[in-house]
Amino acid sequence: MSGSNKNAGRSAASPRLAGGRGGSGASLAGALLSWEFLLFLMLVAVVVVNSVLSVHFLDAANLFDSTFNFTEKAIMAMPMIFIIILGDIDISVASIIALSSLFMGMAGAGGAETPVLVAVGLGVGLLAGVFNGIIITRFDIPAIAVTLGTMSLYRGISNAVLGDKAFTTYPEDFGVLGQGYAIGGLVPWQLVFFAVVAVIAAVLRNATVVGRYSLAIGNSKTAARFSGVPVNRVRLLAFAASGLCAGVAAVLLTSRIGSTRPNIASGWELDVITTAVLGGVAITGGRGNVPGVIIAIFLLGFMKFGMGVLNVPGKVMNIVTGVLLIVAILLPKAVDSAKRRTSLRTGARRGAPGEPPRAGGGEAKGAEG
Amino acid sequence: MKRILKSRETTLLFSLVALVLLVTLRSPSFMGLKNMNGILNDTCALLIVSLGQFLVILIGGIDLSVASVMAFTGMVTALMNQHVPGVPAWLFVPIGAAIGAGLGSINGGLVAFGGLPPMIATIATMSIYRGFVYVFSKGAWVLSRDMTPGYLALPNSLLLGVTSMVWITLGVIALAWVFMRYTSSGREIYAFGGNRTAALLAGVRERKVEMLVMTVSGMLAGLVGVLWVARYGNAHSETAAEFHMQTVAACVLGGVNFVGGAGTVAGVVIGALFFGVINNALTVVHISPFFQMAIQGVVILAAIVSNTLIDRKTQMRLVARRKI
Repeated sequence: MSGSNKNAGRSAASPRLAGGRGGSGASLAGALLSWEFLLFLMLVAVVVVNSVLSVHFLDAANLFDSTFNFTEKAIMAMPMIFIIILGDIDISVASIIALSSLFMGMAGAGGAETPVLVAVGLGVGLLAGVFNGIIITRFDIPAIAVTLGTMSLYRGISNAVLGDKAFTTYPEDFGVLGQGYAIGGLVPWQLVFFAVVAVIAAVLRNATVVGRYSLAIGNSKTAARFSGVPVNRVRLLAFAASGLCAGVAAVLLTSRIGSTRPNIASGWELDVITTAVLGGVAITGGRGNVPGVIIAIFLLGFMKFGMGVLNVPGKVMNIVTGVLLIVAILLPKAVDSAKRRTSLRTGARRGAPGEPPRAGGGEAKGAEG
Repeated sequence: MKRILKSRETTLLFSLVALVLLVTLRSPSFMGLKNMNGILNDTCALLIVSLGQFLVILIGGIDLSVASVMAFTGMVTALMNQHVPGVPAWLFVPIGAAIGAGLGSINGGLVAFGGLPPMIATIATMSIYRGFVYVFSKGAWVLSRDMTPGYLALPNSLLLGVTSMVWITLGVIALAWVFMRYTSSGREIYAFGGNRTAALLAGVRERKVEMLVMTVSGMLAGLVGVLWVARYGNAHSETAAEFHMQTVAACVLGGVNFVGGAGTVAGVVIGALFFGVINNALTVVHISPFFQMAIQGVVILAAIVSNTLIDRKTQMRLVARRKI
């Protein structure tokens, strides 16, 4: 009820869609200032700095190996793009990994073979995601509240069963999924899986009705519903996909580290959300693209890799990531407001009077000041 | 409307009492004065920080940085105490609150002036603040032997048989209640959370509300950070990790609505107490502590689903009465 009310308010952000990052502006300056391009520049900078720091960085084998640390999160970030575009959020993804890994551990202890383990991992993830989606859509409860509950529930089940123990019995060939290499012994299987998921996500986002529906729902749930968009079915699908991808990540992670522990993937939900937002997905919904998030994944991944080479402790890396997230959001806002100010001066209609006070948050304020 | 709001809190209160009685049936010592006092002291931290979280959720946001703010002020005051033992210990309470308010106002600035949604601003500062705890402490722990007796006594000193922790909590509850009910700023927060556009048109300044809410949340977390570190006798970079989720859960349990604008101080207090009782009850009835998280999850889910159903019913009734 009141959920749609809030969204009516949020749809005030739509002027940003037209005038904001990489929207209508087909000019060269517009393209140069597009979010993906800025991210790409940052990525290049990180690669340059890394290769100066360590001569071994640009070695192909090292470069591919460094992706082991972030491909699982990258796979989870793909459905998160859609969830955030829809105006929802899923903070239970890391707990789904814990749950999924738990069942794989139990199956492994029971002597299950690799195909069964994979099926269990994916199945549990999918079920957990569907459960989220059903509660959210059926009762019309904000996703953050529901996934907060299931975040405790899923990891809680894992804790209750595991106690202070761990499952470590897995068949020999199970390790290949998370540790092995594909073609040429150079490209990790993980990265191949991520590429597949990313392609599916990009196609869904840009070339299917699901992508268009997602944008419509994210901009205004009410308007989308009145236009005949199956709002709840699309949302359910997104949460199911999120669960399934968390299941994929669970299979890969469990295979990579070879054990199931209670604190597995702890805190990953925030990393996944951070990556999506850094990649240009608007947390208020209605806007987001797959390529930007892919660049953000590699940017963050290589940055952490470089800091790891310098022996920077994880906690300090988190400071850098946090600052980067803030700068990444404030910077384009500042650029937008600068653009808006010039367009106001030249008499363009963007930012015309009558725009709601909160429209586009920062830029509108910037234009006032 | 008033009656309906009231009824929700009474329902909550009744289920809390029922829970207490149920556990007492299993083990009579649960109702004992000593155990009740223990529960109260264990729950104070959650209660105070949840009240700050409540304000942020009221305007439709969420403050994920509270646990990091606690760790930050706890560590900074513990280090000050360790290196300058001459500073009177009680001063650390206002100092902690002030540092917390400072960190909270950074969040507020990002929200009000940077236009970041509270959730994103605090996801970022959560990592940043906790990172600085590590930087300040160089990754080491500050232990109780490094702290002065006065500092360690901060939450535990008795007045009229009740610990200072409880007195402070009572004070915060009273202030919060008066603030939310009788001051214009408190009403503005409700108005802003309930219908942003209407509130803005009515002259509520959004930057002021956002700044206020985030700063108060940080201030309360900062205050608790000092008491937390003194109570447990250690400060480290994982202090109060994941505590932010408990504060959100306490609010949810207390009937605070994520859509914004709905919830009361009394509800949050009962919600936090509910958590305290559950956590304590598990140990009393000999359920493994490993089950705690799963049970919390079930309680949260049950609470939000029932809240929503009650909400819907209430709305229907209101609509029916007005004959719209």
